[in-house]
Amino acid sequence: MASIASTSHISRPRLPVWVINSALVLLIAAMWPLHRVLAENMNPYYLRILILIGLNVILATSLNLINGITGQFSLGHAGFMAIGAYAAGSLMKYFGPTGTQSAIALPALLAVGGFWAAVAGLLVGIPTLRLRGDYLAIATLGFGEIINTLIVNTEQIGPFEIGGSSGLHGIPIRTDFFWAYAAAIVCVASVWRLAYSAKGLAFRAVREDEVAAAAMGIDTTYYKVLAFVIGAFFAGVAGGLYATFDGNLAPESFRFMRSIEIVVMVVLGGSGSVTGAVVAAAVLTYLPEQLRFSNEWRMVIYSLALILMMILRPEGLLGGRELFRWRRRMAIPVVPADSGPRGT
Amino acid sequence: MHDLIQQLIIGLSIGATYALIALGYTMVYGVLRLINFAHGEVYMMGAVVGFHVTNLIARWRLPLWVSLPFVFVTAMVACAALGFLIEFLAYRPLRNRPRLVVLITAIGVSLLLQNLAQMWFIFGPTPQAFPPLIPQYSKTFGTPPNTITISNLDVLSFGLSVGLMAALAWVVLRTRTGLALRAVSYRFDTSSLMGINTNRTISFTFMLGSALAAVAGVVDAIRYDVKPLMGLMPGLKAFVAAVLGGIGSIPGALVGGMLMGLVETLVKGYLSSAYADAVAFVVLIVILLVKPSGLFGRYVPEKL
Repeated sequence: MASIASTSHISRPRLPVWVINSALVLLIAAMWPLHRVLAENMNPYYLRILILIGLNVILATSLNLINGITGQFSLGHAGFMAIGAYAAGSLMKYFGPTGTQSAIALPALLAVGGFWAAVAGLLVGIPTLRLRGDYLAIATLGFGEIINTLIVNTEQIGPFEIGGSSGLHGIPIRTDFFWAYAAAIVCVASVWRLAYSAKGLAFRAVREDEVAAAAMGIDTTYYKVLAFVIGAFFAGVAGGLYATFDGNLAPESFRFMRSIEIVVMVVLGGSGSVTGAVVAAAVLTYLPEQLRFSNEWRMVIYSLALILMMILRPEGLLGGRELFRWRRRMAIPVVPADSGPRGT
Repeated sequence: MHDLIQQLIIGLSIGATYALIALGYTMVYGVLRLINFAHGEVYMMGAVVGFHVTNLIARWRLPLWVSLPFVFVTAMVACAALGFLIEFLAYRPLRNRPRLVVLITAIGVSLLLQNLAQMWFIFGPTPQAFPPLIPQYSKTFGTPPNTITISNLDVLSFGLSVGLMAALAWVVLRTRTGLALRAVSYRFDTSSLMGINTNRTISFTFMLGSALAAVAGVVDAIRYDVKPLMGLMPGLKAFVAAVLGGIGSIPGALVGGMLMGLVETLVKGYLSSAYADAVAFVVLIVILLVKPSGLFGRYVPEKL
């Protein structure tokens, strides 16, 4: 407990906030020339992987806020992603903006996708608050599957096409390197700041011991729902990016297995570590592509790696540390507290 | 009316296999407080073993009363061995680790088995029909159009389920191993102080649950077909059944499984088959919100 109470865990940037904000804006702006260079010179196959890495970074980072930092083990992230993907994809197909319009439309539609995913996060978060640990995992898994079933059975909402079981096809492709990485930077920066702010302490207190956190005056309900809503929002944004990147959405690509893939990224990176999730998302997107030569062994290796990791190093690669601040800033964030060796 | 009765019969027949799988979940949860995600894959492996054994013995043309038990028993033994291996290799090194670590490992084991089953040397990625083991046979009662049809598979499924349940009740209630099992699930630490070999008891629990899942796997393989991902949905539904009945409670698993089968068939029959898969999760969420201890579970207050 002492480690949580100590204020050294709140990040106190040595630079004024406006400097950091300007640096972030510049970083995002720098993605534009980089995008032009890459689009012209890079092998399209590798550019595609690079963009997918960007999307997975958003997914892993946002799930990390729910799973790693707040300790609410969720297996329904693909459901939120699906909502964002279908909302943005369907609107994009309906309006089909072109030229300069699409430069405004894409971020707007991503926000819409994120918004609906956040609403879903709120709807999932409120009833499942009473659940912990493995029960919560199963309930969120159930929500993911329910969302999926709803999508499969919906052909159309008003004038907007959803596509039902055959999927939504022919979405105008608008996402490129710039948008993927601009969104990724915004997402990582938001989660990082949230994680190392006073609110971040509250999130971690909920993870470490919910009862104790409540006794300290932390509104645990609020923070749990907040984590779900923010995490779902970014998952929805990633979904919207995916929809306008691939152009096709198939409901089965947002099922249980997709959620598991995102969970694996968070866990391997070290749950609770923002940079860990980023690194793991990059590695776990790139490696499977390299293992394509043995496509059928790919998932076997993947799952074996997961099991071995859990046995040998359950805290993940970084284990709660961050890449650029190696000193451990949090208690070892393996799991929420109810998990003591075994309850009586 | 006849229609309803027909649906109820199908529901009980499907529910019987859910109940068999749910038993494995509930017993393992009882001793280890672990949702054994890999259990659905053990069920799938049972179907795969049954598939291969049936193909192997097909050339001998054994009479039905030899071949049928032979297929079931080999699948049960193979899956018991698999269950033992899973526990020994993946879960035992994690004893006394936080529960979520074990849960993630269980997901890993589940993925591993799914993908191993897609390898050519185990089964392959394409679904295959189960080789003819028992002649499909059904009897129709009543005068058309008010008829009720019962197939021999329905009888087999329900009969096996009830029979195995009775056997399980005997093992758990009347043998020393069963006593140890109950003790371990009551108080883990204390039972080890009382001289119970907890590791052996846990292994035994896994083997017992896996053998029951194998039976369900073979029955469902005969009913539908065999495919590497067949374990996912029945596994999840059986888990919901276990929660519905009260996780950790053996009669609860039986009742929960049957109820799940009934609910699913009724939804399929009277509402929409498209939503049948989601119903399981709706049931789960409602149960968790209304009565998390399930129908037969005991309420465990949180201690500080």
